[in-house]
Amino acid sequence: MSVRRLHAEQPDSFAFTEENVSWATGQIAKFPEGRQASAIIPLLWQAQKQAGWLPEPAIRYVADMLDMPHIRAMEVATFYTMFNLSPVGEHFVQLCGTTPCWLRGADDLKSVCRKVIGEQGDITEDGKLSWLEVECLGACVNAPMVQINDDFYEDLTAENFEQLLDDLRHGKEVATGPQNSRHGSEPEGGLTVLKGDK
Amino acid sequence: MSDQVNLTVDGIRVSVAPGTTILQACEEAGAEIPRFCYHERLSVAGNCRMCLVEVEKAPKPVASCAMPVAPDMVVSTKSDSVKAAREGVMEFLLINHPLDCPICDQGGECDLQDQALGFGGDASRFADNKRAVENKHMGPLVSTIMTRCIHCTRCVRFAQEVAGVPEIGAIGRGEDMEITTYLEASLDSEMSGNVIDLCPVGALTSRPYAFTARPWELKKTETIDVMDAVGSNIRVDMRGREAMRIMPRNHDDVNEEWLSDKSRFVWDGLNTQRLDRPYVRARKNLTPASWDDAFALIAKKLAGKGAKTAAIAGDLVCGEGQFALKALMDKLESPHVDCRQDGAKLSGPRGNYIFNTSIAGIEDADALLLIGTNPRLEAPVLNARIRKRYLMGDFPIATIGAPVELTYEAETLGAGPDTLAELVAGKHGFSDVLAKAKRPMIIVGQGALTRADGDAVLAAAIELAEKSSAISDTWNGFNVLHTAAARVAGLDLGLLPGEGGLDVAGIQDAAQSGDVETVILYGADEIAGASLGDAFVIYIGSHGDRGAHRADVILPAAAYTEKQAIYVNTEGRVQMTEPAATPPGEAREDWKIFRALSEVLGLTLPFDNLAEVRRAMFEVAPHFAQIDGLSESAAPKAPAAQKMAKAAFDYSVTDFYFTNPIARASATMADCAKAKQQRDGEIEGTGTHG
Repeated sequence: MSVRRLHAEQPDSFAFTEENVSWATGQIAKFPEGRQASAIIPLLWQAQKQAGWLPEPAIRYVADMLDMPHIRAMEVATFYTMFNLSPVGEHFVQLCGTTPCWLRGADDLKSVCRKVIGEQGDITEDGKLSWLEVECLGACVNAPMVQINDDFYEDLTAENFEQLLDDLRHGKEVATGPQNSRHGSEPEGGLTVLKGDK
Repeated sequence: MSDQVNLTVDGIRVSVAPGTTILQACEEAGAEIPRFCYHERLSVAGNCRMCLVEVEKAPKPVASCAMPVAPDMVVSTKSDSVKAAREGVMEFLLINHPLDCPICDQGGECDLQDQALGFGGDASRFADNKRAVENKHMGPLVSTIMTRCIHCTRCVRFAQEVAGVPEIGAIGRGEDMEITTYLEASLDSEMSGNVIDLCPVGALTSRPYAFTARPWELKKTETIDVMDAVGSNIRVDMRGREAMRIMPRNHDDVNEEWLSDKSRFVWDGLNTQRLDRPYVRARKNLTPASWDDAFALIAKKLAGKGAKTAAIAGDLVCGEGQFALKALMDKLESPHVDCRQDGAKLSGPRGNYIFNTSIAGIEDADALLLIGTNPRLEAPVLNARIRKRYLMGDFPIATIGAPVELTYEAETLGAGPDTLAELVAGKHGFSDVLAKAKRPMIIVGQGALTRADGDAVLAAAIELAEKSSAISDTWNGFNVLHTAAARVAGLDLGLLPGEGGLDVAGIQDAAQSGDVETVILYGADEIAGASLGDAFVIYIGSHGDRGAHRADVILPAAAYTEKQAIYVNTEGRVQMTEPAATPPGEAREDWKIFRALSEVLGLTLPFDNLAEVRRAMFEVAPHFAQIDGLSESAAPKAPAAQKMAKAAFDYSVTDFYFTNPIARASATMADCAKAKQQRDGEIEGTGTHG
């Protein structure tokens, strides 16, 4: 991890869509009077969903909505790495580089990212892809894996990962989860135990 | 069952109240606990880990600042494991702390430096690159070298809790944590300088003082501040004749350990624009003169016209000087004396013009009404006390006057006298709050009293206080918040128009009509020069400001850091300043000037030294003899007055950084005012500052 800074270029303003405003009102209502600030993470997350990333005006917008000092919202936004303070690609690849994935070939996946996308944080010219190495995402049993937007893509190899990126880029339908024949986290080639009574 | 908790600290039995932290209990037992993040006037953070102690049966060392005591705890603060734990913490703190003490302004008064002496190793085992952090902009007063920051978060907590401007925060996390304001905006606080004192390392230091002096080469003088009427206890650090900085001293009943920015950073004003020799006006220009020439000119002008002389005392002048001025005016047989250059309609009894509740007493109040006052600008330290009470909860606050940004929630009831009249008549919603409160407070500001109908406002406020149980045998909730450090002493000493005497407005009218031929302005700089007509003006004061510009004769006097003198703060507390330096050049202590002048006029005043001045003064105001004392005052009594006018209340302080001649001479104050303007413009302007 390195120092996270606000992006140099920021939009002029930010506002929730009408839909999001009513959603946010519902979130805020979950907390007792005077404790609206507790809704900060869901609201920032929703702002990020709406804008694709978390611009500075959005941090201020959410802080104002929750009646809390701007700096307090900034603290939260900079603390959690799940908030992207800089723009990301339409398909944002979070690549696990922690030990199990690394042992199972995460380095190969990184090379693919470098080849197809560029360095970490770079966005492809068409705006479709960007990538970031992250710590363990908790799917070691299907290592190596990446998270793209809200979905896990597991049991990757350099070949099928490159294909996956290409498919995403061209808007083709892709399967989430394991990219080989495995079902969930079951053994490859079918069950080896607990096959039922004989 | 006893309410006390007994525990053992280093073999010593101590008994403390439940809820006390181990750290406080250790101090009770005389054991010193090193700390960085813990500060007794701030909330507990528990993040520096320096205060580790060993507690019997605890599996590992305990952060004593955050752990409450339990019965029969056995605490050890000196064991080998405690020492090892603290050495470990210190080693971690020093990993990223630069070794730049020789060029650091905190050097010599640095908590980290001091504690590294006790717990630091001789060398670091850390071989990698140290972290470096970009410096942050925090305004014209606070200089930042953020690489030195150890993330104690004292500044964050101060801004949030005491100053009431939650603008400092810690962004990022772990090794990348950084202290900053939102987008590096200047701190919008009148108390921002206190973060410099709170910072245990050299991350936040004083910008105006940067690289000018070392603490051990400064002569330190403990004295009293006069920038507002709070009378904050300060320490002036001098190098030779030059004031290098001003720091707060602790006084639990006055300023605790805080200080307003104006009081702290005004020192460059003490070194500039000084009047260091007498001047007389010759052919329209002020030219340097000797004391003898100046006195001779005054004697010529005053000869036989004593009764046509008037005197106005200013905001920063001392008790002795005002007493000597009054004595001189008595000798001249002139009743035209006034110490209220702002025209406030205040006079005796004493309960009518002081802050009866006392500053510490604010913490006992249970409701507050502010009338025509913005304490945030008029007395920032007192405002912090109101905020402290506000944070304790159950403290309804309301204001009458234009809405202002305070550091606590306050309901604006109305803009002017109409609302006050409604409250007096019990017809307003807030009347119930005041009626139900057991110890309500009413604070009347100078903005409400300097009007033509000031006495009517005062009468209404006193009536309201009487009606709402603010005045009883055990509680006096009627308060006047002064903005001038000199005022209460002046009123105590009776610097008010005598029989047939003119007040400030009357003196100005009479000067224009020629009924008053000579006006003595004793440090009075808030009087428009043109309003004195063609009168012969004698200015006695320390700074070349508005008064000196209008003067025909200037007699140079001492500033508040250059004399031992008595000041009385807004709550009536008598305090004494100590001289940090001698007055510059030919300037003299104020009382000596009046004494010398009286001799030239053939009206010699009956005192030859400071002790004799004081003795005579104590006869007029016996309570002045009781330094740091708060004497009992008579209950306020509503003066007879006309009806209140309709106009809304103004505030007496709008330009916080330019309220007196010393502040106006300070370049730092000018920078602050500019930063404030920029900041306000920025926020109202584009709405984005990213």
